[in-house]
This record gives sequence, structure tokens and C-alpha cells, in this order.
Amino acid sequence: MCHTFPALTSDRSSRICSLLYKHGSSMASNSSGSDSSDRQRIAQQRLSVIAGHLQRPVEGNSGILAAECKAQGDKLDVSSERRTVPRRRQEIMKWNGWGYSDSKFLYNKKGQAEFTGKRYRLSGMIIPGLREWMESTFGANLQHKTPAAPILNSSAVQPPTLNEAFLKELKSTGIPFSHDAEDRVFRSHGHCLHEIFALREGKIGRVPDLVVWPNCHNDVVKIVELACKHNVCLMPYGGGTSVSSALECPPEETRSIVSLDTSQMNRILWIDEKNLTAHVEAGIVGQDLERLLNESGYCTGHEPDSMEFSSLGGWVATRASGMKKNIYGNIEDLVVHIKMVTPQGVIEKSCQGPRMSTGPDVHHFIMGSEGTLGVVTEVTMKIRPMPEYQKYGSVVFPNFEMGVACLREVARQRCAPASIRLMDNEQFKFGHALKPQVSSIFTSFLDGLKKFYITKFKGFDPNRLCVATLLFEGDREKVLQHEKQVYDIAAKFGGLAAGEDNGQRGYMLTFVIAYLRVVLGFKYTLVLDICRNVKARIVRECKDKGVQFPPLSTCRVTQTYDAGACVYFYFAFNYRGLSDPVHVYEQVEHAAREEILANGGSLSHHHGVGKLRKEWMRETISSVGMGMLRSVKDYVDPNNIFGNRNLL
Amino acid sequence: MASEAVYSHRDPMLKKRDDFEDILEERRNSSDLRYALKCYTPVLYKGLTPCKVSELKQMVLQSDQLGYVITQVSKEKGMTTDEVTGDAAAILEEMAQRLQLSTVRFFAFTLSKVFKTLFRSICVNEEGLQRLQQAIHNHPVVLLPSHRSYMDFLLMSYILYTYDLALPVIAAGMDFMGMKVVGEMLRMSGAFFIRRSFGGDKLYWAVFSEYVKIMLKNGYAPVEFFLEGTRSRTAKSLTPKLGLLNIVMDPFLKGEVFDISLVPVSISYERTLEEALYARELLGVPKPKESTSGLFKARKILSEDYGSIHVYFGQPVSVRSLAESRVNRSQFNLIPRHIPTRPSEEILSFVNDSAYRLVRAQEENMVLKPWVLLAFVLLQKQAAEDKQGTALDEFTEQAVWLRDLSRHYGAFLHWPDHIPPSEVVSSSLSLHRGLVRISEGRLLNQAVVILSCVSYRNQALNVFIRPALLASAIHTAASNRKQEIYNGFSFLRNMFSNEFILCPGATVQDFEEACYLLVKTGALQINQQEVLITERGHRTLAFLTSVLDPFLQGYQVVCRFLCEEDCLTEKQFIPAVRKFIIKHLLTGRLRYIEVLSSDLQKNALAALIRLGAVQKIKGYVGFTHLRVPLETTKLFSFTLFISSKNILPLLSVI
Repeated sequence: MCHTFPALTSDRSSRICSLLYKHGSSMASNSSGSDSSDRQRIAQQRLSVIAGHLQRPVEGNSGILAAECKAQGDKLDVSSERRTVPRRRQEIMKWNGWGYSDSKFLYNKKGQAEFTGKRYRLSGMIIPGLREWMESTFGANLQHKTPAAPILNSSAVQPPTLNEAFLKELKSTGIPFSHDAEDRVFRSHGHCLHEIFALREGKIGRVPDLVVWPNCHNDVVKIVELACKHNVCLMPYGGGTSVSSALECPPEETRSIVSLDTSQMNRILWIDEKNLTAHVEAGIVGQDLERLLNESGYCTGHEPDSMEFSSLGGWVATRASGMKKNIYGNIEDLVVHIKMVTPQGVIEKSCQGPRMSTGPDVHHFIMGSEGTLGVVTEVTMKIRPMPEYQKYGSVVFPNFEMGVACLREVARQRCAPASIRLMDNEQFKFGHALKPQVSSIFTSFLDGLKKFYITKFKGFDPNRLCVATLLFEGDREKVLQHEKQVYDIAAKFGGLAAGEDNGQRGYMLTFVIAYLRVVLGFKYTLVLDICRNVKARIVRECKDKGVQFPPLSTCRVTQTYDAGACVYFYFAFNYRGLSDPVHVYEQVEHAAREEILANGGSLSHHHGVGKLRKEWMRETISSVGMGMLRSVKDYVDPNNIFGNRNLL
Repeated sequence: MASEAVYSHRDPMLKKRDDFEDILEERRNSSDLRYALKCYTPVLYKGLTPCKVSELKQMVLQSDQLGYVITQVSKEKGMTTDEVTGDAAAILEEMAQRLQLSTVRFFAFTLSKVFKTLFRSICVNEEGLQRLQQAIHNHPVVLLPSHRSYMDFLLMSYILYTYDLALPVIAAGMDFMGMKVVGEMLRMSGAFFIRRSFGGDKLYWAVFSEYVKIMLKNGYAPVEFFLEGTRSRTAKSLTPKLGLLNIVMDPFLKGEVFDISLVPVSISYERTLEEALYARELLGVPKPKESTSGLFKARKILSEDYGSIHVYFGQPVSVRSLAESRVNRSQFNLIPRHIPTRPSEEILSFVNDSAYRLVRAQEENMVLKPWVLLAFVLLQKQAAEDKQGTALDEFTEQAVWLRDLSRHYGAFLHWPDHIPPSEVVSSSLSLHRGLVRISEGRLLNQAVVILSCVSYRNQALNVFIRPALLASAIHTAASNRKQEIYNGFSFLRNMFSNEFILCPGATVQDFEEACYLLVKTGALQINQQEVLITERGHRTLAFLTSVLDPFLQGYQVVCRFLCEEDCLTEKQFIPAVRKFIIKHLLTGRLRYIEVLSSDLQKNALAALIRLGAVQKIKGYVGFTHLRVPLETTKLFSFTLFISSKNILPLLSVI
């Protein structure tokens, strides 16, 4: 899950727990005061890069980022040299929140909410409805803010425990490393609420003692060898977007902890256009991978919501899922070949065939191993030619039940578009609150007319209706045909087509909103019951724990499968008057998770287990299952070199 | 665990209970017609999907659950699914309620008239009704009233109508269907009819359970049924029946609703309408079949005074909180939820414990009238003094002593403290003049009437049962050792668990509760090893042992009877044992006339079968034979041993 937090003010944050927090998109360009049309143009590009939602990026300077280029260019490297993630991540990203330093929500002088920066379509826009929505939904109020610790206080960080012998040999390999406090703190956390909260309050626990930046597979092999030799604990670090406490250093670890940052292993090593595969280093982040492939006319189609920052190795290690999995598949469908460095040596298959019947697939030991077995260094992935045509769409349903029934039917007929998502009523309203100020009287008149048509003429109850957002991809003719098929099904369930704009805004939301996210897979028959029960449980737990205002408790169905669906739950509450909001948050989240499991949901659809969800593993996969995983770990890594203690 | 909270040792005297309001008072002062035609707009369930009676039936017939069973049955019986669906529709037709506001209004009018003639007052705790209203709004609600009289469900609907609350649908036994007009009228006031037994009939079970679940889940109306399954003829709570409770908990356990509120309701009658009827029934005069003409014949009861009724709506119990850390709900994840499955052991024991908890909640909020305590004194006198009368002064003194004791034990006693005790006593006696007479300050009792008295005394048995079991255990124990007393307690408790509401598996809690109460009232001192009776404790202990005495003697006599018989059928048992008891009563070897109650005899037999002292064997078709197996004599002799310490002079005869 991913949580957030409100950064609804310029340098102070408002007191809403786990709310509005932003995802940034690609590169930084921090100059202010450029003219607004230029700003909008750049903002447009941001979005296009994020998800390829629009056409290809308008050439060029979308990535002016000061990324370090590779020193060694001796390898075959089809990619260009523009990179998103520098070694010193703090140069462009927030140290105590999600995303880029320049993108955040704040209230302007007139008291209106505004999203800053230039990276997103929403950037620089005033969002008039947001404040009212916040006040009515949470009782969140401008007068109540909690300041965050503005800068990292290095003296709060414990001095590193260094393994001198290891350090000495590491130096001789020439692999860059650092024990600078900022570098270490940056790699000590993911984006769980409690992690971010602690940082904002300046509380820093156990952090890695050393950060190393291998440049290639061989560097990793050397590092792992040295770590085994000197008994050093290694923790692989990719994009740092974990929401399962996976990056938290085990406080009981007494050995020196070395964070192995793969961000510099970010090249596409080759593209095989005949077989439609690409061989890529595992440290590459999603947006770079997609951008570089796009330059050659290809894409992977793997678009998790975190794709701006999350890395290929991280996807493999957590069994990630992408928004457009209906066309391209989840990570396990996309991966053809994996190379992983373990304490026992390198594991990889001898060929790149599409399928093997050679006993249990060893890839499945690697996928989802969450850094407990080794470091994924190189991956061969399937690629596809870029789609000729993309089209957004949306459908309004009179209620959530009808929406779910429609999704079931779409999946039954196996005609799901690239993405189909169903937001519940609460989320629909939030989406509305995020609507930017409209420029022309005509647009606002049109909006009014639409609203009138749906609520008055069609008799939809604005407090019950819900919206499905759609994304179609492919060649133009097929997309239009497909679109018609889906809208016809929707019509049978009382759905009304509600336009491309709504659909597009829905997807943009994903990158811009912040919430707690609990993601799980369910059977269809259970979806309605689960959504109702989990939301009700969250509301009740918040009340029991003394939260004064009713919480936002909402969900959406984000993926459909033949035999089930994936549902995200979000909750946010106003923590005014609570002495320990993080604890309350954790209790509520815990309760929500128990409710989900009790109602037949899975522990995690794609975020992984980490340390946050470990306690439910045994009941989820049975004792024998635990033993199987344990025995793999015991064989591959008997000395627990990869000691992040996730999963088991 | 949640269940421990119930048995916690909070001081029962501090138990907070709501005040009562008399709803008949307003009826006496304003027009019944206007009341019957009043504007009725109850608060409904927030998640309600409104639907008509006919739509409900359609939903049942089209449900996945029923569809699955229909396919199954059609395969088994070689019928087409349409035929089976037809059968299902017929079952549903026979079962379904047709709640109609006009009929309810008719009942509201006539019942107002009837209630005003029969009762002095009908007292209701309004706070409980407010809680109920809240509960109805938030979650599907199940109403669980105690069952002492046919009046119960009419009364419930009447009260809910009066307070503008959603009218319940009520699970009623098929026997009412016999009363043609009345049966249909009950149907239109929300009753739905279920067969008393439908053992192997899969289709019937599926239709029935789906019908109840759909009404509950959709928030159509609160579902009302009687946990005890039937009217208690003895006024003791009956061992709860689990079938319906299982059904109504199912939607929660399977995640189909967020929560369900169970609301125990305690209805106590100062005088039960069926008082004499029950006593005769227990003595072997068969129960008259329910019929409309019978109802008219019964109208002569209209001329009598039945005192007041107290209805207490208890705290709603959330199924979710009951199940918390008790039930692993993910066990339902591996089988599609529309496929009926036999509940697991875990679920069964959970439902069973919950049922006992709810019955205990009913018992605790049962209002006790002074007459109930007088019945204790009267019966003990009657047994001890050999049908002699009792001096009124002495009688009053004992009643007051008992009043204080029962208050200490947490009884919900309605004793008017502002009136001198002697007046309380004589006014109670005058209400029950059919059972006792005052002649020149002395009382004369009639033998046949004793069972009626017993049914009043029984109303307060739950207050005394745990201390009484402890007192008897102390009495029979050879030493003061705590362990030995505990063993005796445990044996007696086990023995009587068909007779009283004693939750299986809660022996330790019950023992501690009993110890706590006796120590608190200064009757006992308990240290690590020993249990000592204090000086002032003797009177209390003597009283408590005598509470249990009739039951001990009753079980004893049943044991003796069975020892003398070798083999007999279940049908022969009651008449034969009755004859045997009468013989003993006549010879004066048995002092308790109440042992003649067939309820006690059946319970004793059930207990002996459960304990393995008696065996049920299938002889020839249609009859079940009872036999006392030789190998179980060990257990049997233990029974004798426990009772052999001078409580039962009878034993010396054996």
C-alpha cells in the first residue's frame, strides 16, 4: 500500500493524514516564471511520458535532467544517455515524501488549492473544488497544520557501522560507494505512512551503513562475493517505492548493512526485433524504459502506478502488476529470462524460449522473493510495437453493484480493454474535486448540462452513481470496434458513456492522488461484499480509535481477471486531536487487512509482503508452503547475506 | 475472549438496567381507533433495498443457493428442474409471510382492547427501544424474545408498532396453520410458518434458510424467532435450538453483511395465561390442538386479572464482536458461497456458545415479581411441613430475607420498596388466589396447584442455580477441600445441564461465579485449599441446597425407576415413571410433588442417556428401547454416591 499525506501547504503540511500526495513524473526543470503556454506544453509532455497516455512525446527536451552518464560505454548500449535517477536522488526528489521536490499541493494566497511544478497536466493549475471537498469530507481545515521538519538533520543519523575489511576490498574494485548520511537515510525507507511520518518528524532509526552503486552485472557479482566473504548484510534498493516496509533495516541486524542501489544499472543492452524481446539492466526505472523503447518504436506496456520511480528489478522482486495487463500481462507474463546474483552464484536459464517444461519454474522462486535471495541484474522482457491508437473512455453507472456486474460480463466475454477501472462513489466525488478551474464559460456550461442530463434526466443518484474509466489501445479500427462492444455491454447494465475527458482525468488521478492503498485479488462473487465490509470496517475502526471526523473510505476495482478482480482500498482521515495518528493508522490498516482476508481476499495483489504483511503469510500459504520457501532461502543464502528479512 | 466478559465477576447488584414505561396507560386515556390508524413510518435499515413480498419470493427462487440445491435434488430424484422448482415454489408458498399494514392495524385495535381487560400494565424499557431503533438503522436485526406464552409474538409486534419501529417477520411453528382464519391473519401480520421437523428434506431446508437469509440481508424487516424453539412450560429457559441461529449468523460469517445485531428480549408475565394449561400438560393431560374454536372457548380468561407484563429489550449483541477471535472467517473462502456446506465443529460450537449467552442475557433481564420469591418459600414449606399452612408473619419474614439474597445475586426484582412487605405479600397472594388462599392468617395449598407455583419459582431459578450447585456440592463433599468440592460441582453441573441453562465448557467460570457470590454475601470463606462455611452462611446454604433438592430427588427417583426396569420403549417411559413416582409420593417416601412434572422426567432421561448411564437401542421399527447397561453402573453408583450424603433420605431405602 502506499500512503500519503497531505502536503497541502507550501512549507507546512496540513493535518490530514494520508491524503493528497503527489506522484511526480519525469524530469526536473525547476526554473520558474516561464510563460504559461510553455508551462502547459511541458506539463502535457509529463503526462505523456508517464503513461504514454497521449501520443509520443513531442521531441526532445523533456528530459533535461542532470543525470550522470555512464563512464564506461564499452557495452552495447542502445539507449540514449538521458537518465531520470541520479546517484544523489536528493537532488531532485523529496527526502521526506513522494516524488519530485517541486511538485506538491498547496493553498495559494486566496485560499484555493493549487498543484505546483510543471511536471503534470495538473501542475500550476488551481483546483477550486478541492478545499471544499476536504473540509466537507474530513473536516480538514486551513487553520490546522502540522509543520514537517524542513531539512534532514545529519546529526540525528547514527554513525555508520563499517566493516573495514569489506570496505578495503570494495575500494580496490573501483565501484562507487558512499557513507554520507543523506545517501544512507534516503535508502532506509519506502513509502509506508509510518516511514514517511517518522522522516517528517525527523525521527530516524536504523539506516544502511553504506551505499554502493554497481554499474553492471559483474559489479554486483563482486559485491556479493565480498559480502559473503566478510559477512556483510546486503539490501538491494531499486526505486525505493516499496509500500510494505521492505526497505526498513531490521533493527536487530548487528552486521554492517550495505544498500545495493541498482539505479546506475539502467541500460537497455539489446533489442531483438525479430523475437520482440529486449534485454535490460534491472535498475532501469519504468519511465526511462518506456521512453527508450518508444524511441525505437516499442513498448513493454508494463505500467504500474509507480512507474515514474520504480525499477525493473523491483517489479520482478515483488511480482508487480501494470495497469494495462489485459493486453500486455503482468510481470510474470512479460519476463522471458532473468539473471540473478545470489550467494551461491548466478542463476539463469540457458535459453530464452517462450515456455519450458522443466519442473517448477525457477523464475517463480525469483519473482516475489523481495530481495531475500539475491539481486536481479538483467532481465529479458517481451516488447510490443507501440500501439497505433489510444482512446480513453468512461461510463457512468447508476450504482456500484451494476458497475461490478458489468466488469464481470466484460471479463467473461474476454473483451476487457487495456485498462478498465471502476471507482466507487466516494472516489468519483474526489475526482470531481480535483477538476481544475475551467477556463471558458462554455466548458462550465457544458459540464452543467452533462450533470443535469445524468442526474435529472436519467435519474442517477449523485450519491450512488459510480464511474468506470477505460483505456483502449491498438490499431484504430479495432479500437473503435472494441469500444463499441464494451459500451454495448455497459448499456446492458445501465451504463452511460461519459466521455473521453472523464476517463483521462481518472487515469491522471492515479499519478496525482495520494492515499493508502491496499491491493488485493478477489473472486467476483465476493467483490461487492468485500467492498462494503472493508469500507464499513475502516469507518468503524476510525470511530473506535477516536478519529473525530468520518474518514474517507473508498475503493475501486482496478483489474479484471477471468476468475476475479483486483480492488484497491483507500482511506484517509483527519487526525486532529489524536496523540498518535500513525499508530491509529496502523491499527486501522491492520483491521482492514484482517477484514479483507476474512472476506476471501488475498494478502497482496502486487505490492508484495515485505515486513508489513509477514504476519499473515503462514495462514495465507500454509505451513508447508512456508517450509518450501524457507528451504529455498536456506539453500540459496544460508548465512542470510540478503538479510532484509522480508517475506518469511 | 469475548465470552469471558459475560462471566466476569462484576458485582451483579450494580448491573444497570433501564426504567420501564407502561404503554397501556396511554391506551386507557385515548382512542384505540385513532391509535390503530396512526401514521406509521418506522426507521428502516440504511442499506435497505425495498421490495415487495412477491419480489422476495422471486429472489429466493432465483438465488444461486437454491438453484444449486434444485439441480442436486433433480438429479437425485430423476425429476426435471422445473418440477423441483415447482416444489420449491410450493414450499415457499406454504411458508411465506404476507405482512400487511391493514392487518397489523386490525390487530393493534383488537389487542388494545384485549390487553386492557387482561393486564394491569404492559411495561417496556424505552431506552432499549431506542437502542433497537439505532440497531435497525445500522445493521440487519434479529429479535430473540423469550417464549413463555402464545402472547409473546403478538405482544412483540404490538410494542414495535406502538413505538413506530419496523415490524418483524416471525418464524412460527406450523401448528398455527391449523387455525385457518387466525393462521392467515398471523401470516398477514408477519408470521412465516416452518415445519417442526424436516430432517432430511434438503429442498425444504434450502428454501427455508434462503428465505430467512434474504429477508435479513436485504434489511426487509427484523427477523424474529424463539431461541428456545417452543414455549417453556416450566418457565425455566429451555436449552437453545441452534438451527435458526445458525442460519441468521451465516450471512455475517460469509461476509454478506458487515454485521448483524442480535437483540435478546425478556418478556415476563406476572401471571401466564397458560398457567393451569401448562401444569396439566406436565402432569400428562395432552395439550389441546391449536384451533380457532379453541381460541374462542378460551375467551373466559378475559374475565380474569393477569397482572402486568414486563418486556425488556436487551443490549443488541453484535455477531461481529461475538465472532471476533473466535471464528476464522477465511474458512469459507475455498468453497463457492452458494454451495451449502455443513457447518464445521468450530462454527457449531461458536453458535452454541452464542446461543447460551443470548439465553442467559434473556434470563438476566427477566423481571421477577414478589410472587416468584413467595413461590420459593411456599414450595419449601409445603415439602417440609407436609401440606401444613404457614403463618403469614413468618412467611413475610422469609420472603424479605429471600428478597435481599436474590438482590445480592443480581436478580432483576420488581419489589415495591415503598410499600410495607406484608402488603406486598398479601397483594401478590391475592392475584394468585387460584393457587393459594389466606384463611385466618394461614395458607392452605392444593397439591395439583403446586406445579403452577413451581413455574413461578422457576422464573428465578437462574438467579440461584450456580450458588445452589455449589451449596449442594459443599453439602455432599466429604471434606472442605476445594478440589473435591469443585469435582462435586462439576458433576452436578454436568448432570443438570439439560435442566438449566449451563453453557457447555464453562464449568470453571460458573464455579468461580458461584464462589464469588457466596463469598460476597458472607456465606463462605475460601482460601487456597479450603472452603469454609461461616456462621451466618448456614441459612443461605440451607436455602440453596433446598433449591436444588427437588431436582436431585427427581433425578434420583428416575434412576431408581430405571434400575428396576430392564427394558422399555421411550413411549412407555413417561406414564410408567409417573406411576412409579405417584406410588412413592403416596407412601410418603418422596416429598416433592413437582417431581411429577414430565419436563423433569424427560430432562433426567436425556441427561442419563447423555452421560451413558442409559442406552438407546433401536429394537424393532418405530420404537426406541431404553436399557440400563450393566457396564455403566459405575457412573450410576457415582450418581448415588453424590446424592447419598443425607440430602436424600430416600437413598437409605434403596
